[in-house]
Parts: sequence; structure tokens; C-alpha cells
Amino acid sequence: MLRLHCPFCNETRDEEEFAYAGEAFIARPPEGVSDAVWGDYLFMRRNPKGWAWEQWQHTAGCRKVFAVKRHTVSYEIAGSWTLAEAKPMCEKDVAEAAR
Amino acid sequence: MRGENYSWWSLLKHGLRHHDEWEPAWQRTPLAPAYDTIIVGGGGHGLATAYYLAREHKQRAGRIAVLEKGWLGGGNTARNTTIVRSNYLWDEAALLYEHALKLWEGLTEDLNFNVLFSQRGVFNLGHTLQDMRDIERRVNANNLNGIDAFVLNADEVKARIPLLDTSKSRRYPVLGASWQPRGGIAHHDAVARGFARAANRLGVELIEDCEVTGMDVEGGRIKGLQTTQGYVKADRVGCVPAGHSSVLARMAGFRMPLESHPLQALVSESLQRCLDTVVMSNAVHGYLSQSDKGELVIGAGIDSYLGYGQRGSPHIIDHTAAAIIELFPMFSRVRMNRQWGGIVDIAPDACPIIGKTPVQGLYFNCGWGTGGFKATPGSGHVFAHTIAHDEPHPLAAPFSLDRFTTGHLIDEHGAAGVAH
Repeated sequence: MLRLHCPFCNETRDEEEFAYAGEAFIARPPEGVSDAVWGDYLFMRRNPKGWAWEQWQHTAGCRKVFAVKRHTVSYEIAGSWTLAEAKPMCEKDVAEAAR
Repeated sequence: MRGENYSWWSLLKHGLRHHDEWEPAWQRTPLAPAYDTIIVGGGGHGLATAYYLAREHKQRAGRIAVLEKGWLGGGNTARNTTIVRSNYLWDEAALLYEHALKLWEGLTEDLNFNVLFSQRGVFNLGHTLQDMRDIERRVNANNLNGIDAFVLNADEVKARIPLLDTSKSRRYPVLGASWQPRGGIAHHDAVARGFARAANRLGVELIEDCEVTGMDVEGGRIKGLQTTQGYVKADRVGCVPAGHSSVLARMAGFRMPLESHPLQALVSESLQRCLDTVVMSNAVHGYLSQSDKGELVIGAGIDSYLGYGQRGSPHIIDHTAAAIIELFPMFSRVRMNRQWGGIVDIAPDACPIIGKTPVQGLYFNCGWGTGGFKATPGSGHVFAHTIAHDEPHPLAAPFSLDRFTTGHLIDEHGAAGVAH
């Protein structure tokens, strides 16, 4: 069982209090893009083996959505942040991975 | 074809020699510098692909190798609950799985290897009025597609599964079920070994401990693969990597509409024969059958999060155990022997992705999610055709990767339900 920290409640709780809400920071494309770009946005995922940025919702608590950096093989959790705090950290990780 | 046939005669002959002279079921070969066709992934689907390539498309496929990062049949093939059925709602899926079921029915003879395919029937229970309406709709759709399926009421279900608690006082009473008599189970290891042996006898080279670490793509065409055993050239590469599909796709420079999740299962201690069929329930979410060894084989739902760790969270097991006890209260004191997880690659519509990719000469067969075992021979058969002809097999055409651009999804997620 994962133990997740909610940055809003400032509490660490069992996974059962939370709902997984998928990959974090998928940018919505502007209006009028091609089917290929729209399909990419809807369906294509990074699905990384290693460190991943993901969204969790504290469904049995404050019901807010936050970001978690978690390793998808060891399931180790690096930390939880609000989405606003986490976005620049995620962008930095993605830029480093691309290099 | 090399190797000796298994038969009563060979059993008798070797019996007289105290079984000392059986030859290995397949040969291990070192990695060669080049092949015409490489299959990445030595699970059931990959080995089936190689077998049908060698059997039906030898001229086009040329020299074939299967690369497996661990050992043959050691991934999801060894980790599933071995249920075989074809009672899917949508035409595209029903026809594909029915194609597989027909191949299952002759597979033991085809492979000259007993895959212990047992057509003991599959029951999908309904617990609410809406469940029963969905079941009627699915059974009618199945019948129109020539698939055997029946709607049973609670008494008829009880008559066939005496241990099932169908009393009205349950929290989720059983109102009825759909029944596919031709469904059943097969032996997972036997399927992998049977395909490996049969493919090897037709000249397919099987290379274990050989993980693909990179793809050599030049001008939009596949040229070869980097592996842990060195570089290998290939004209055509078919990837059947299950949970690691996204990882391999990234090496080739594109993304897949897949998420890899842990899926858990468990088996009990061996019991006397008590359950001679397969019982599945979407509403309470559990499914079970009894293996030839007498163990109850129980499947859970997927863990919600991404995971490549081949293990999930214990509360999922709790929910599954509760569901099984809801159906079979007498199993409440059965002890569980083992529990494990596999990595399932799930597409947004819970249907596989079979076909060409943005890279020429590179083909993918993935996204089988929680229900790939039942499709093993059919998946291999249509994928072999797809690779050999550079065109999807008619049954595989609706499952191309570009359905996520055109929007022609095949929504089995809602239709066949979560339990596979």
C-alpha cells in the first residue's frame, strides 16, 4: 500500500484515501488543431519506467488534486506538491531527460 | 521439421529406456549478426507470432529470431489466470477473440504439445437488473456473430454451480449469468512451451537473456536493434513486449496510448475438486477457476497507478477476497498459497493495438491489457500475417494504432467490463 502525503491537508495517509488521476501536466492544445495533435493529447501517454509525475486526488479528504513524483519500478515516492509548485520541477525533469 | 513427434509410440519407446534419452524441447542458439525478421518478446503472443510466421509465411519472413529479455514465457504468460473465452460485445473484438478460440480448439494437435485446453465453460454473473440487461444484449450480439452464448437465470446457474450462493439475502444477489460453454482454461506454461517447441522445430531461433536496449532507425525505417548481447541487423521487427510496450516505442521515437499497471492474482492451497467451470463477476469484481492441481486461481482488478514493479497494493487483494467470499461463502477459510502481480499495458478502449507504426518495418502487437492470454494463438496468427504482408490481417485492421487519431475506438472497457 502506498502512503501518500496531501500537501493541502498536510497529512500522510494510506493510498485508499486517494484516487489516482493520471499523468500530470498534459498541456491542452489550442482550438482548431489537427486530429493527430488532438488524438495525441487525448490518448498518448509517457508511461515512463522510472520517475513519473502524476496526479492524485484526496477523494476521502479535501478532494483536491495534487502532484506526486513517484518511481514506477520501486514505487518510491520523492514527494507531493501542489500542481503550481510542481510544474516547474516537472518541466526541469523533462528537459533533463531530453538532453 | 526437426525433432521427434510426441505420441503414444514415443512415450512407450522412451519409457522402455527409462526416459533417459528425451531430447530438449527446443535448442538454444547464440545471437546471430542479422535476421530477416525479429520478434521482440518471448511470451505466448511473441512465440505464437514466430510459429505462425514460420508455418504460414516462411518465404516472406526468411530467417526468424525471437529475442526475450528474461526466459521464454516468464512474464505475463506465467502470471495470468488462464481464462479463455470470446464473448465480447463489439463485432471487431468478438471476431478477433473467436478467431483465437477456434485456434485454441485445435492447438494441442497443431503444436503436437498438450496445452491442456479445457472447455469447461465460462459464467459471467449478473447481480443487478442493469447487469442482466447488459448480459442479454451481449449474448444476442454474440449469437449474431456465431459465438455460443446463453442467458441463464439464477436457478439455472445454481444447478450448474452448486457451491455458488444464489440466495436472495446476499448483499449482491446473483440474478443470472451469461454462459459460454466453449470457454474455459488452458495451461499457461504449456502454451508458451508448446509454441516455443513448435516454432523451433520450424527453424525459429530462440534467444533468451537478450534485452533490447535501443532501436536503429534510419530515414524512418528500422535497420537493427541494440541488445544486451550486441547489435543485430533486421529488416522487419515485430514487438510483442506487453507491459514494456511504451518503453520500446520510446526507443523508436514515438509514444503509445498505453498505461502499464500492476494486475494481481492469487492461488489457494490445493483442494478437492469442487469447481468445474470458470466464474466471473464484474459487479463484485472477482473471477476464479480451479486448476488441474486443485488450486483456486483467483484474479484481482488492476491497481490504479502506473507500475512496472510486478507487484501491487494489498487492499486490492482484500477486495478480491471479499468478492470471492460474497460468491462462495464456503471458501472463506481457504488458505492462499501465493500472490503475485504482472504488468499489463492498457489502452484507453481496453482493446489491443496490432499493426504498423510510424517506423517502416516496425510492427507492434500490444495493449492486450488484462485479457491477453485468451487471444494468444489468434494474436500470433493475425500479427504474423501483418508482419509478412506489411498490411494488417483483416481481423487486425480495426485495431491499428491510427484509431487513436481517427476516433474509431472499440469500447470494450464499458462493454466487456473490467473482469478479464
